[in-house]
Amino acid sequence: MTHQHSHRDPACLEVFARLSEFIDGELPALDCGEIEAHIADCPPCIDFLNSLKKCVAVSEEFRNAAECPPMPAEMEEKLRAAWTAALARRG
Amino acid sequence: MCGHREDAEEVSQDTLLKVFESFDKLQDPEKVKAWVFRIAKNYCLMKRRKSVFAPERELSLDELLPSTTGEARPMQVPDDAELPDEQVLRSELNGELERALRELPEIYRSAVLLRDVEGLSTAEAAEVLDVNEDTVKQRLHRGRLALRKSLAGYLEVAK
Ligand SMILES: [Zn+2]
Repeated sequence: MTHQHSHRDPACLEVFARLSEFIDGELPALDCGEIEAHIADCPPCIDFLNSLKKCVAVSEEFRNAAECPPMPAEMEEKLRAAWTAALARRG
Repeated sequence: MCGHREDAEEVSQDTLLKVFESFDKLQDPEKVKAWVFRIAKNYCLMKRRKSVFAPERELSLDELLPSTTGEARPMQVPDDAELPDEQVLRSELNGELERALRELPEIYRSAVLLRDVEGLSTAEAAEVLDVNEDTVKQRLHRGRLALRKSLAGYLEVAK
């Protein structure tokens, strides 16, 4: 079977629109099954799904790589005060 | 990361405002502190050099489709070349991601930062951004697609 590497197929486009929810497990079981069924027989969609997953993984790794100077002490103090007050308000 | 003092102050004010607005809505006050620090860190990234590269416009799904003529491959690795060291690749990827994030319009950037970079749930991100969960999902998807597109060449090389 040959597949054009294009995502212009209506079925592929539908998958394309919902891939993030698919990756995040946020789709209803029925929709999830539909996507799995399509992907099983569509190499371009598998490739695309894999590259999107990789991209998400890169962002997750970035969590620990990103650097930022420490929060200014004054701000931290204000936040602590606000936080304590908020806790008190909630009872 | 913020670089300039004015930026840092702007960040502080914005962050404080966001957090104050959220206090009463948050389920678990214990989480607040961690969030504040995270949000502050994100704001550094969000604020920096935003005007030039990040026009505030909506991205359409159409323009985020993979191109049919092949995607940009900034890293040319000849077949017989040794694969780049994993450490080098990782730091290069991080640099590219940071660049790509900055070029992303802010609404998508904040969704990606909160969900993927900081690991907040959809509900938590919706709370911080003050939008509904469907909006978070939609922005996250478009943001990821845009990042995928600009990182395409690097993702090919990465395992
Ligand atoms: Zn397909």
